[in-house]
Amino acid sequence: MNSVGKYFSDIFYGLKSLWKGLMVTGYYFVHPKQIVTQQYPENRKELKMFDRFKGELILAHDENNFHHCNGCGICQLNCPNGSIEIIADSVPNEDGKAERIIDKHIYHLSMCTFCALCVKSCPSNALAFSQEFEHAVFDRNKLTKVLNQPGSRIKKEPKEPKAPKPPTDTVPKSNPAN
Amino acid sequence: MQEVELQDILTAREDGDYIINIGPQHPSTHGVLRFVVSLKGEMLEYVIPHCGYIHRGIEKMCERLTYPQIIHLTDRMDYLSAHMNNEAVSLLVEKATGVEVPERVKYIRTILSELQRIQSHQLWWAAFGMDMGGLTCFFYGLRDREKILDIFEESFGSRLLHSYICPGGVMNDIHPNFQKRTKEFIKYFRKKLPEYDELLTGNIIFEMRTKGMGVLSKGEAISYGLTGPPGRASNFACDIRKLYPYSAYDKVEFKEILYTEGDTWARYKVRMAEMWESMKIIEQLIDNIPEGDFTIKMKPVIRLPEGEYSQRVETARGELGVYVVSKGEKTPYRMHFRTPNFSNLFVMNRLAAGNKIADLIAISGSLDLVIPDIDR
Amino acid sequence: MPFNIYDFSGTTKAIDQFLYAKMPPTWAFITELAIVGLIILLFYAVIGLYLVYLERKVCAFMQNRVGPNRVGKWGLFQTIADLIKLLMKELITIRKADKLLFNIAPFIVIIASFMAIAAIPFAKGLHAVDFNIGVFYMMAVSSIGVIGILLAGWSSNSKYSLIGAMRSGAQVVSYELSVGLALLSVVIFSGSMQLSTIIESQANGWWIFKGHIPAIISFVIFLIASTAEINRGPFDLAEAESELTAGFHTEYSGIRFAFFFLGEYMNMFIVASLAATVFLGGWMPLHIGNLQGFNHVMDFIPPIFWYFGKTIFIMYLIMWFKWTFPRLRIDQLLTLEWKYLLPINLVNILIISFIVLMGWYIK
Repeated sequence: MNSVGKYFSDIFYGLKSLWKGLMVTGYYFVHPKQIVTQQYPENRKELKMFDRFKGELILAHDENNFHHCNGCGICQLNCPNGSIEIIADSVPNEDGKAERIIDKHIYHLSMCTFCALCVKSCPSNALAFSQEFEHAVFDRNKLTKVLNQPGSRIKKEPKEPKAPKPPTDTVPKSNPAN
Repeated sequence: MQEVELQDILTAREDGDYIINIGPQHPSTHGVLRFVVSLKGEMLEYVIPHCGYIHRGIEKMCERLTYPQIIHLTDRMDYLSAHMNNEAVSLLVEKATGVEVPERVKYIRTILSELQRIQSHQLWWAAFGMDMGGLTCFFYGLRDREKILDIFEESFGSRLLHSYICPGGVMNDIHPNFQKRTKEFIKYFRKKLPEYDELLTGNIIFEMRTKGMGVLSKGEAISYGLTGPPGRASNFACDIRKLYPYSAYDKVEFKEILYTEGDTWARYKVRMAEMWESMKIIEQLIDNIPEGDFTIKMKPVIRLPEGEYSQRVETARGELGVYVVSKGEKTPYRMHFRTPNFSNLFVMNRLAAGNKIADLIAISGSLDLVIPDIDR
Repeated sequence: MPFNIYDFSGTTKAIDQFLYAKMPPTWAFITELAIVGLIILLFYAVIGLYLVYLERKVCAFMQNRVGPNRVGKWGLFQTIADLIKLLMKELITIRKADKLLFNIAPFIVIIASFMAIAAIPFAKGLHAVDFNIGVFYMMAVSSIGVIGILLAGWSSNSKYSLIGAMRSGAQVVSYELSVGLALLSVVIFSGSMQLSTIIESQANGWWIFKGHIPAIISFVIFLIASTAEINRGPFDLAEAESELTAGFHTEYSGIRFAFFFLGEYMNMFIVASLAATVFLGGWMPLHIGNLQGFNHVMDFIPPIFWYFGKTIFIMYLIMWFKWTFPRLRIDQLLTLEWKYLLPINLVNILIISFIVLMGWYIK
């Protein structure tokens, strides 16, 4: 008799447990407000990435096309997978001395792993991450980018406070730990 | 365990064994893992895991990278425990160079590790439910995981591979919203976690399929080197957080979840309970993060003194050991990772042989394998 | 031409007379067959497509998603776009596959469900054939489908497919019993196997209400067993996508795969309409005893809406099961049938026969 009782109690226990599960899915079925889907291409305008989002590496330029990069190459050294190439040039400055300036700051987005070591190690806080995330292109060569804009120059006013930079928190305020 | 060589399989095949390759491309191996399975009807005779399909040579690559650069490679081993992997290398470098990190860093690291553990277990629950055929679990798990990923994204700028914990501290200070959002999440998830139980844990079909399946005794668990939730399900107290507390784990109170059954059901229950424990740990720490620096000044080029170093941490899947031989250079002479999944994987034959195909999927799901961690 | 949405027999009779007046009887008969065939074919395609859409929407809402919403308003044309895609895909034939059986298998599945549709009464006077053994015919025909599945698994020359097919064979053969016995209970109640008679017998209340608890038990058993018979989750062991990738149709592509897919959904429709017809009164409106006013209001809703409402409700139940429960294992599946459903069913039938003998059910 005991086994018969167990037979039926098993059935009722099973049905009860199944009913519990059904109630969970049933609840969401009748509560479409709980839907979490985002309609991506439509919400492009409202879609704002977080400030610290590591989209792609940029060399911050101000409105007068000045940047802070002096071509020291520390970012290139720190990059673990060689996605940064610095082509430096030397030009004579006002004193007539040869000075190292940046010719091309080449960034291979296709190789970048977004470890942020370049941004962190940059001694002049020239690099930053932008919030751009739509990287898809049809030609792989387009993923190799020259970060310094044509005609841009290094900003050399050491006395002045730091030039305005795009508001990103990714650039550390403290000294580079590396 | 019967030792089965490739040659044996080939000869066995001629004898009329029914050999099936589950993987390398299969919906429930969660990556490129291959099980060679011999069948008698529905019953499995033996299971041979073949790994190495995504071997990237991370240990070798580490030998030409400096210590801060190694961090970003550890992300890519067990990508669901990225913070813990980063933490392991960072702790090792700090130990070797004799640096003491600020309290704030320890608290932040602990909170992140626990958030990461919850996130990893959520994804495991989602995928495990899907392996069992309950497809809705997958979406509920990912829906809640998204909340944690948003917290991560706001603070560190990335959702999966953070490279956030670095030797000497963390990359940048936590976001001002971090504490608020984490508390919101805990509140939210405390309401959603019982729903997981209603949907899957209490379900009679699920219970029938997991209880008593793939039983492993404590002795076997130790001899197979099982760690993490699979080990603790066999009553093997192997939680590094308890045994060798690191970061702020000595300041928090939590229970080490131990089950004695050692079956699939116990492995499932351990992880479900760990999510509750992780939430408890976070709640103890989140309001008490001390003020201070988020990093200390390390030398521009970190050189480990000559010698051998090792460090172990508890990732979401078990014990991760890092072992470094240094010759005093800025790069390690030899680097080795003892990854939890690698040893957890090879218990498959012991657990699954003699059961059915459906059990193979359930058992491999309950071990929570992350394939890049196995292959490295 | 008389058209009455409450009773289609006038319309069909008028068409019949019109055709026989214009043509010799043989030709009229053939034309009628052709017309009915065409209508059912069209109906089959439309229902099949929109069942896929319905399922995708239902599961999406259960999973906190929105489901298809890109093609057309609310994604209404999504499945049509899918169909076009599947039509244009390459039909891959496996080397060393049994070509003849491999090509025939999807058609067997389709034909089985197609034949079953013929006997479904959609509304008063709206059915293709009204057999006097309608229930028997439906069961017999719908179980032909498993031959298609077995052939597909066998001929694919793939181990995954073979395991899936064998599972399906074991499953359908055992669950056929429970389906049959559950239907038998209503046959005992109504004393007829003719579907139209069964519906007529429910004019004063559906069998699920009139037959007391035994009828409810057989309804539940029918739901479970028929879900298993049509290979849907939680009994989708033949497909078992997390174990066998796609089970018996692993090696099929393009429109051949679509046939299996369509066949599965049509089987769901057939099972749901059979349950609606036998247990929930088919197109018969909801009548409660002698409440004249209520019954008149219910009569006002056309029978075809009643029929589709009930069918969709039962299909929703089947979908609800699929998207909530984890899958069973093959031995548990057979245990459920042989240790639980079948004994309960047999006892249930005994009780029902006793009730009918004593005349205790509501007449």
